[in-house]
Amino acid sequence: MNWRRLKSDRRVALAAFVALGLLLAAAPFLVGAGLGRGWVRILDFTLLYVMLALGLNIVVGYAGLLDLGYVAFYAVGAYLYALLASPQFGLHLPVWLILPLGALVAGLFGMLLGAPTLRLRGDYLAIVTLGFGEIIRIFLNNLDAPLNITNGPQGINLIDPIAVGSVSLNQSFSLSGVQVPGIYAYYYLFLALALLIVFVSLRLQDSRIGRAWVAIREDEVAAEAMGIDTRNVKLLAFAMGASFGGISGGLFAGFQGFVSPESFNLMESVMILCMVVLGGMGHIPGVILGAVLLTVLPETLRYIGPLEQALFGRVVVDPADLRMLIFGLALVLVMIFRPAGLWPSKTRRREFDSEASVLEQEQDALYDASR
Amino acid sequence: MDIFLQQLLNGLVLGSVYALIALGYTMVYGILELINFAHGEVVMIGAMVSLAVINALMASGMALPGVVIVAGGVLVAVPVCMALGFAIERIAYRPLRRAPRLAPLITAIGVSIVLQNVAMIIWGRSYISFPPILPVTRHAIGGATVTDLQIFIFLLALLLMAGLALLVQRTRIGRAMRATAQAPEIAGLMGVNVNAVISFTFVLGSALAAVAGVMVSAYYGIAHYYMGFLLGLKAFTAAVLGGIGNIAGAMLGGLLLGVIESMAAGYIGDITGGFLGSNYQDVFAFFVLIGVLVFRPSGLLGERVAERA
Repeated sequence: MNWRRLKSDRRVALAAFVALGLLLAAAPFLVGAGLGRGWVRILDFTLLYVMLALGLNIVVGYAGLLDLGYVAFYAVGAYLYALLASPQFGLHLPVWLILPLGALVAGLFGMLLGAPTLRLRGDYLAIVTLGFGEIIRIFLNNLDAPLNITNGPQGINLIDPIAVGSVSLNQSFSLSGVQVPGIYAYYYLFLALALLIVFVSLRLQDSRIGRAWVAIREDEVAAEAMGIDTRNVKLLAFAMGASFGGISGGLFAGFQGFVSPESFNLMESVMILCMVVLGGMGHIPGVILGAVLLTVLPETLRYIGPLEQALFGRVVVDPADLRMLIFGLALVLVMIFRPAGLWPSKTRRREFDSEASVLEQEQDALYDASR
Repeated sequence: MDIFLQQLLNGLVLGSVYALIALGYTMVYGILELINFAHGEVVMIGAMVSLAVINALMASGMALPGVVIVAGGVLVAVPVCMALGFAIERIAYRPLRRAPRLAPLITAIGVSIVLQNVAMIIWGRSYISFPPILPVTRHAIGGATVTDLQIFIFLLALLLMAGLALLVQRTRIGRAMRATAQAPEIAGLMGVNVNAVISFTFVLGSALAAVAGVMVSAYYGIAHYYMGFLLGLKAFTAAVLGGIGNIAGAMLGGLLLGVIESMAAGYIGDITGGFLGSNYQDVFAFFVLIGVLVFRPSGLLGERVAERA
């Protein structure tokens, strides 16, 4: 039986789907037993990054707007949670109130950024979003005087953990006899929300708005001529992407119990962008793959130290230094050998394999056609 | 008034360094429409290499005058950075010439990470200080003081920029650069070796970056493997402020950004009644950038498209 027939077989697809579901459900226990609790934590972070990458994918992948300050919305969500559920102001609102609020506020920030800047094209938009990200970070860093809001560079501590009902996810609890540690519970919570975001992304993709985004990405002038209100549709992309970032930020704050401006620097934005582009812009499985790889790879590279020890009998180069070096090399190599990303959508790959003329059209449309 | 003049002078000196770096961004952008994210790291490598040479010369026991030692550092750093710029283009950008536009952006980020970590492995994580070998004479200009070093940095930067402008406007290779920027394929048909021009552009920008790197480390007295990031960011901002792809714009944007920043550092407390301190100077620079772009979406000089090189 050849592969294509196998793929089109419904029963096989169903079986693969069920297998994937089981794998996702069992993942924390498998990973926890095989690699230790630390890796379950990494798994949790991976899911957070999947959500962030999917959020940015709406802006960059669907609408083709290069956003280098995406982490600002993550920061807004995280700080909102931190301020509303910590001793900082003595507020302890429930998480189910804060998360939607975070999505809303981050979305508003997205509109705030988008409204004056969406006239800009391509790289100009990139630098403005980058500037916006830095502005948010610098404010977070300095809003401890004269009025202490964010506690400055020290960040906010003792943030309430996320609680489901009366069960705080910070401690382990027993569920019908099975002892479930907190980080495992977080995994299931994040998984559920990530799946929700995947679902929303999928539905958006096929919706009127989603197709309007793609139209704008491919050719803004033509899209406008077809009657698309490019301004509002682009604003919507910004707001939607930002609200995903806001939710992820809230989850991050609750999970971590601590936020500081350090976590929201430009490098973080760049990382999330790398996830989207490396995986395959605009293609949801690709973006997820990108997020998983780029979160897991740097962690795996921590084993370089022991490896050097085994190979050379001593540590030749500090593994922490080598780790990011290899990471950077990996970014370069992947892009050189798979310029459309690791797992591009079928249409994109087709375009990519075909004549150069098509390629060039796409190249221009990717984020700026005007010179 | 004293503060005003002082901040203006400081800003011009800093701005001239920004302008030198911004030129590297803008020239590459003009030709390839590519944000060369690794450019800031070239500046950093320039500073690090020159410092290594300077320290080696000092340790060698030869009683050379300070200016000669620094010149030696520059003379080594410039070719190293030129080779680096050439290699970056060859390895990370050329294979992706026909790829989607975000692909080279990612390789640029990758190269940037690689260079930072190579520098960290070679020179360590700590700050490297610039030895105090340059004579420091202060001159008073109408209530403000400037050092020899500041004057020298400013003049050298202006000289280099003038040289670059001449090169682009008056020479054969300059004409080839302008032609390639306008229409690479047509330029190729007219007999311009486009690949050679692109390589040349990278080499030229990297040479300027090396000089800027030495200037920055001499000015602030330190160098660090991470210094390229913020410098690159500022210079890129300057290039966009002036209108990216436009050489005169990069010069103007650099000087302007330098002045804005030091003015902000000097006055931001007064303007906001003490609410915002000088630690907001970076915010101020970005606010100005956003403000300018809202009213002039392609930068201050961005509309003179034909002149980009």
